[in-house]
Formats: sequence, C-alpha cells, structure tokens
Amino acid sequence: MGQIKLNQVTKSFGDTQVIPPLDLTIEDGEFTVFVGPSGCGKSTLLRLIAGLEDITSGHIEIDGADATNVPPAKRGLAMVFQSYALYPHMTVRKNIAFPMKMAGIDKAEQDRRIEAAAKALNLTDYLDRRPGQLSGGQRQRVAIGRSIVREPSAFLFDEPLSNLDAALRVGMRLEISELHKRLETTMVYVTHDQVEAMTMADKIVVLRAGHIEQVGSPLELYHKPQNIFVAGFIGSPKMNIIDGAEAAKYGAASVGFRPEHTDVSTTEGVWKGRVGVSEHLGSDTFIHVHDTGLADMITVRIAGDIQVTHGDDIYLSPQVDKIHKFDAQGLRVD
Amino acid sequence: MARSVTTKRKTFNTALAWGIGLLIFFPILWTILTSFKTEAQAINDPPIFLAFDWTLENYSVVMERSNYARFLWNSIIIAGGSTILGILIAIPAAWSMAFVPGRRTKDILLWMLSTKMLPAVGVLYPIYLIFIELGILDSRVGLVIVLMLMNLPIIVWMLYTYFKEIPGEILEAARMDGASLKSEILYVLTPMAIPGIASTLLLNFILAWNEAFWTLNLTAAKAAPLTAFIASYSSPEGLFYAKLSAASTMAIAPILILGWFSQKQLVSGLTFGAVK
Repeated sequence: MGQIKLNQVTKSFGDTQVIPPLDLTIEDGEFTVFVGPSGCGKSTLLRLIAGLEDITSGHIEIDGADATNVPPAKRGLAMVFQSYALYPHMTVRKNIAFPMKMAGIDKAEQDRRIEAAAKALNLTDYLDRRPGQLSGGQRQRVAIGRSIVREPSAFLFDEPLSNLDAALRVGMRLEISELHKRLETTMVYVTHDQVEAMTMADKIVVLRAGHIEQVGSPLELYHKPQNIFVAGFIGSPKMNIIDGAEAAKYGAASVGFRPEHTDVSTTEGVWKGRVGVSEHLGSDTFIHVHDTGLADMITVRIAGDIQVTHGDDIYLSPQVDKIHKFDAQGLRVD
Repeated sequence: MARSVTTKRKTFNTALAWGIGLLIFFPILWTILTSFKTEAQAINDPPIFLAFDWTLENYSVVMERSNYARFLWNSIIIAGGSTILGILIAIPAAWSMAFVPGRRTKDILLWMLSTKMLPAVGVLYPIYLIFIELGILDSRVGLVIVLMLMNLPIIVWMLYTYFKEIPGEILEAARMDGASLKSEILYVLTPMAIPGIASTLLLNFILAWNEAFWTLNLTAAKAAPLTAFIASYSSPEGLFYAKLSAASTMAIAPILILGWFSQKQLVSGLTFGAVK
C-alpha cells in the first residue's frame, strides 16, 4: 500500500509562499513524476511528502492515515537523493544495511535482503568497498539498494540521475522503470527533464511556481496540453507557438503546432521561411526556420534525412488536425 | 600562472620561519636547560647557556618533596574529564546550530564566544562562593565543571565549524532511513566528524591541562593539578629557579609529548575546511 494524498497543502519560507494551496492524490503503485522548470517547487513538494520540510498548512495522508506531523523516519517512505547521500564512512554493505539496522531487523534477514538487492543491482562485487571507491552510476545503485531493502510503502526520487552522464542516465532510467514494474510500489520522481518524465511516468504532474498546471498521463499531456505552458514544456523539440493574425486564421488567440506535425516543401506551403541551422541526427532532422514572420524561430522535425542547407528557402504547413488552440489567457480551446 | 618562488626568497622564508619558531620555543628550552643547572648557575649573571655542570639533583629534590604522581593524576582527571564532558554537551549543541539554525543562531554563537572576553577574575568571587556553598572547593569534580564551562564556547565553535562542512543531505538520508535523532548523531554525524572531534578533544585537553587561574584559585591540596605543583616552587625571593624549572619541565613534559605525537592531527584539524 502506498497512496499519498495532499490536501490543501501550502508551504512558505518566511513571507514567501512557494507552494500555494495544492491538492493531489498519488495512487498506490503509481509512478508519478513531478516536472517543471527549476524553482517551480517540485523538490520542495517532494520534501514535504518526505517530511524533511514542515508544511505551513494543510494535510498529508499516507495510506489513509494523517502523516502531517509524523517525522520522516516514521513515514515508511524511502528517498533517493540527487547527491546520492551515501554514508561515506560505511562500506556498501553497511550503507544498505543501515535502514534495516534502524528498523531492528535481525541480522540473518538483513544479509538475505542485502544479497538480493546487491544481485538485482549488480553490486555483489562491491559490497565491501566504500562509496568513495565507486563510480557515479554505482553510487546511485547503492542509494537505490539502500532504499529498497526496507520495503517502503513509496519511493521518493529527487532528481536522481542529474549527476550522471548522458549514456548512464538512459541506462539508469530503464533500471528504475524495471524496478517499478517488478516491485509495483508507489514511486514519486522529481525531474526537470521532460524526457525522463515522458518515458518513466504513469502520471505526470507539471508544476510552475508551486501551482499544478496539469496532471495526466504522458500522452494526455502530449496530445492535450491544457495551456500554453504545458504545451511548451512537454515535447522535444518544443512546440511552436504563434499568435496574432496568423493564429486568428485558425480561430484562436494562439495556436501551437509541434515540430513533428509540420510538413515542409521547397515549392509550396502555408508559410515561407529561410533555413537557419539544421541538425541531422540520422533518424531525424531538426530544421530551425527563420524569417517566417510568425515567431523568431520555427522548429520542424522531419523523420529520416533531408538535404537542406543554411539560407535555403523553405515552405512550412502545419498539419491542421494536430493544431492546438489557446485563448487569450493561454488556456486550451477545443 | 603559478607564483614563482626564487631560491633566495625560499631560503629567506625558511630562515624566518625557523627564527620565529625558535623565538617561541626559547622560553621552554631555557626552562629545560635551567632544570639541569645548580641553583647558583641558574641565577648566574651573565646567564650560562650550555657550559654548566649538568645535574639531575633538582629532579630528585622535587620528587622527594612533592608527590608528583598525585598532581599528574589530578591533571589527567581534570583535563580529561572536562574535555569529555564538554564534548558530550557540545556535540548536540553544535548539531542543532549547524543543521537546524534558528533566526538567532549566529547571535548565540557570538554571545557564547563573547563570554571568553570577560576577564576570569571578574567572576572568581561568585564562583568561589558557589563552590563553598556546594562544598566542591578543592575537589576534582568542581574543577572538571568549571574548566568544562570555560572551554565549552571554543568546543562548540570548533564542532560547529566541522559540522557545517558535512552535507545536510546525508543526515536527511539517515532520517529517511528511519534513524532517530540519537542514531543520526551516533552512527552518521559523529563518525563523519571524527577528525574534527579528535582535534577538538586534543586542543581542549591541552587548554585544560595548561589552565592555571581556576586550578590555582579553587584548589588547595586535594585536587591540585600540575599547575599548582609548579606554583608551589615559585617563591617571591626567586631562590629556587632551578627547582622551579625542574617542576615546570615535569609538568609540561606529558602534554608536550602528546602534542608532538598528535601534531599532524592538530594541524589538519585546525585547518579543516580552510582548503578544499
């Protein structure tokens, strides 16, 4: 069991309110990702759930019981930190054993769980090393090992992959997703990386300045962003947003169209522009188009390889059925 | 660009460092030398540096007249006891100031340090009266308490500085792992701060060992430590320089040896956090 419920939760530091009243329910077994730009309050929200910060008002329920004033040690949650936060003076084995030692689990059971966790996380050969002798990826695995052995009701991850290099990050992302499938335990994961959010989450919570902008599955957010902020934040490269007269032609204050939902032609189309930088990834080509009169830059994504050069004229046409329309307040209109 | 140091400059710096070092050490050296002279040679004018009749007589006289072992034992108990008691109180205090600072934490730290600026003699009279009232005058317990209180601000400051260097996330991790406050301090914070705690222990042991004002004023015979042992050989007439020197040498020898063996620890402890 690991349902987490936030009820009118607020947080202020001094006179600054960083989380205005907020309601959120994280269902048991769900992989929920908090995503948003830096300073949006996502880490603060996670720390409120963990109990590492006191909430200013409101209630937090874990498994139906009021946990608002329960200290972090007693909430039955495990947390993986961005800096790994391993105990540098303890071996890997002792690091992993620490939460079990605190819980008073007997030695034989401790050893059994350490062996199992080490096997699952490929740490068997490193159990007698200290954290200082491990690579970043190994340290992160130790931190995960330390969190799984106590069998928490939910896992909290605070940007756990941001200290790893790109290749390792993709690998660890998969490992964490697999861990979730295997354990079926609630996971709450904070990241500023929307790719991590899209690939891992069952449910994404998009935050801005402490407000929840939208909650939904990755594809809901991709296909039906509720406002311009979410539209611009989810998806890579970013959605193109235009307003003014061109937007009015589609009956909205602003319209958005994704780079991958834009057709290009060298001869005809809705808008004419000039090729700026083109990025050739092999599988895709990203073309940054200038001088369209719509916005500073329009980004287009073409599957496969297409030969264009800097300065070429190019015609763009949005796929009309995939256009997103927004009103003057930036809210979605269907 | 790295700063280039010429050989000439290097030689000068080395000579200067040695010069200052010797200047600081000279009184101790002179005391040790004097302890091996006869009383007459000790007050000879001009002073004799090395060309005197080396004798151990002063030491045997001092050993005969006073019970060195008792003074030594009192010093160990008083310095050791006050240091350990101080550390036990200072660890939680420094923990709270370093990791859960309040609005007034900085002020409290400064205020604590400011108590060290008050001349000790200013509070001698009230403390003396309290000691009489409590019946702890000339007792080791009394001195352990008073020296602990005198050094506590320094212990708290030093530990506070070391604790500040420890990433807060590690302590939060311990909390998430189910550690109580006691377990957090015992199993995570203290082992990580061992180098800092060790140098704090050493420095305070040395300070307490050398403390003379309170040990002389609050003891008579029973609890007198080595400082009182030295003082018992200083007479206003100044006739017993050699014996006084012998007593001083015997009093400082243990702490000098301790300091010598732990100098690496002391230096690394005192410069902790200064260089990353």
